[in-house]
Amino acid sequence: MSDTHLDTSAAKKAFRSGTDGYSVAVGTRTFRIAMVVFALLIIGLIAAPAFVGRSQIRDMMQIMLLIGLAQCWNLLAGYGGLISVGQQAFVGLGAYFMFYCIIYVGMDPLVAVLAATVGGAIISVPIGLLTFRMQGAYFAVMTWVVAEVFRILASIYPGLGGGTGTGLPRSATSEMFGIEATATLFDMRSSTSREVVIYWAMLLAMLVVVIGAYYMLRSSRGLALMAIKDDEVAAESVGVDITRSKFIVYVFAGAGAALFGALYHLQKGTIDPNSAFSVIDWTAYVIFIVVIGGLGTIMGPIVGAIVFVLLETFLADFGPWYLMFLGALAIVMMLFAPQGLWGIFTERTGIELFPTRRRLLRDGKERP
Amino acid sequence: MSYVNTIIQGLLLGGLYALYAAGLSLIFGVMRLVNLAHGDFIVLAAYVILALSSFTFLPPVVAFMIAAPFLFALGWALQKYILNRTVQSNLLVPLLVTFGLQIIVQNGLLEAFSADSVRIQLGPIETASITIAGISMGVMPLLTFLAALVVIGGLNALFYRTKLGRRLRATSDSPVFAQIVGINPRNIFAIAMGISFVVIAVAGFFMGARANFDPSVGPARLLFAFEAVVIGGLGSLWGTLGGGIILGVAQELGATISPQYQVLAGHLVFLLIILVRPNGLFSKQ
Repeated sequence: MSDTHLDTSAAKKAFRSGTDGYSVAVGTRTFRIAMVVFALLIIGLIAAPAFVGRSQIRDMMQIMLLIGLAQCWNLLAGYGGLISVGQQAFVGLGAYFMFYCIIYVGMDPLVAVLAATVGGAIISVPIGLLTFRMQGAYFAVMTWVVAEVFRILASIYPGLGGGTGTGLPRSATSEMFGIEATATLFDMRSSTSREVVIYWAMLLAMLVVVIGAYYMLRSSRGLALMAIKDDEVAAESVGVDITRSKFIVYVFAGAGAALFGALYHLQKGTIDPNSAFSVIDWTAYVIFIVVIGGLGTIMGPIVGAIVFVLLETFLADFGPWYLMFLGALAIVMMLFAPQGLWGIFTERTGIELFPTRRRLLRDGKERP
Repeated sequence: MSYVNTIIQGLLLGGLYALYAAGLSLIFGVMRLVNLAHGDFIVLAAYVILALSSFTFLPPVVAFMIAAPFLFALGWALQKYILNRTVQSNLLVPLLVTFGLQIIVQNGLLEAFSADSVRIQLGPIETASITIAGISMGVMPLLTFLAALVVIGGLNALFYRTKLGRRLRATSDSPVFAQIVGINPRNIFAIAMGISFVVIAVAGFFMGARANFDPSVGPARLLFAFEAVVIGGLGSLWGTLGGGIILGVAQELGATISPQYQVLAGHLVFLLIILVRPNGLFSKQ
């Protein structure tokens, strides 16, 4: 708690009251307007199953999944300075843990998703203790080695189908919490209402991760992270516990990846080690999304995920060429526009939808 | 006796891993860059050698000799025109650029050569073996090990006995000071990447001749290479050979339990060593 002195209430009060005419602000007017728009958007998304078709629901689920995963990776790399190419470890572990809880413990699928999220947070602690022994690029490859270990273990473990994988029993998902009520509400078949329930769960998960990430960044912990991002040595010299701050981000991102891994595989209904622990699906795509959208902003991953899904819709038929294009696009963005699409937008317009920077105001006004 | 045999086979396998790792170790030593596409470039080299020898009907060894200078040029150009742009920036940019390269190389190979697995055919030498003191050793694994010794010995000689080596070491110590004494670090980086690609060509040749490969096997080679480098300790080329051998022996011992455990055992031994000695076993620190 000694990370920063801004969180002590006396200091806060002094800043708020602005005894010497100065005060600190984070929010902007655009942000407050945007919040209203977002609230309306969320209400629209909740109600969406009533008036859009099944395939649109699936497309939206994919976007939400990618936003959630990208937000976790963004937090890791953009704020924690931790470049992981092994987040597929948590996606796969979350998915496998959920399958285990449904098949062997008999949990309701949605409860199993929660259990998988908690499991992801818990397992990220020992994994982090191991991977944090290496730094920088070595940390990155370490995370990949760990993910490979879990992939191989999953393919050896016979209880969930070994290397070929397994599927969820029909009874488990057809009796899932909320299906009947939803089916009655929208007057739809239970197979469709199953997807609607998972859609809502995915929406909730995405909101929790995005809003959670945002509030974490606005908190004193976020201030510590941004100090680390700017200059690690300077941050440490003013009392920021670097390892602790990074570790919290790592656990958050691990839990998030496990959550989305579980939800995705609940929707899919089947699991196998190679796709659950796929470095391409769960890390490469996610990295491209963050890089294209803009690293180190809350909006970047959201923009990136939407652009990514659009690109995929129009170009996926080109197969390997599409992936080569994606790789090249990510390289070009990284070299010539590392701030990403959202960063370019912010530079041009000055609009920041999720501001995290603290600004010093004088007499309540922005200083020039 | 069977354990002695397993360990000997693991030692020989370690030679192959040392070949994978030598190029990575060199690049890290000179410019602190971890090239995430390293494994995919090894696979690319294997395909280039294979394609050259099947188009020209030249023996693969000759194809390798033709391919090596081209790969040097490829590595040189890659560093000069792409990766040198990343040396000034933070850690993220070079890592993500090489990650992007990995996707490009993998999918480029998939498009050019399909997902079918192939092999560099060397004829009867592939299955030849010699028996020393009751232990049978394949001629190819022996040659691979010999190649690893030659490559690492050669790189060491280059580093410590030549003018270029002096420049490489000076740049490694401090690019800024190297510049003061008239060395252009960017040129040195490009040459180092070129040399790394020649080592990649050797690694690709032996990988392709010893087992089937397809465009997707690159990342696993990167991980083996990385593990060998880290086990051996950063900045020590002979350490990298030691790291490769430890990894090879661990894998062969794992494989005696079940084939599934081969790669797993290697990873676990690696993680164990990181836990005990994060700086590697043969590190100078």
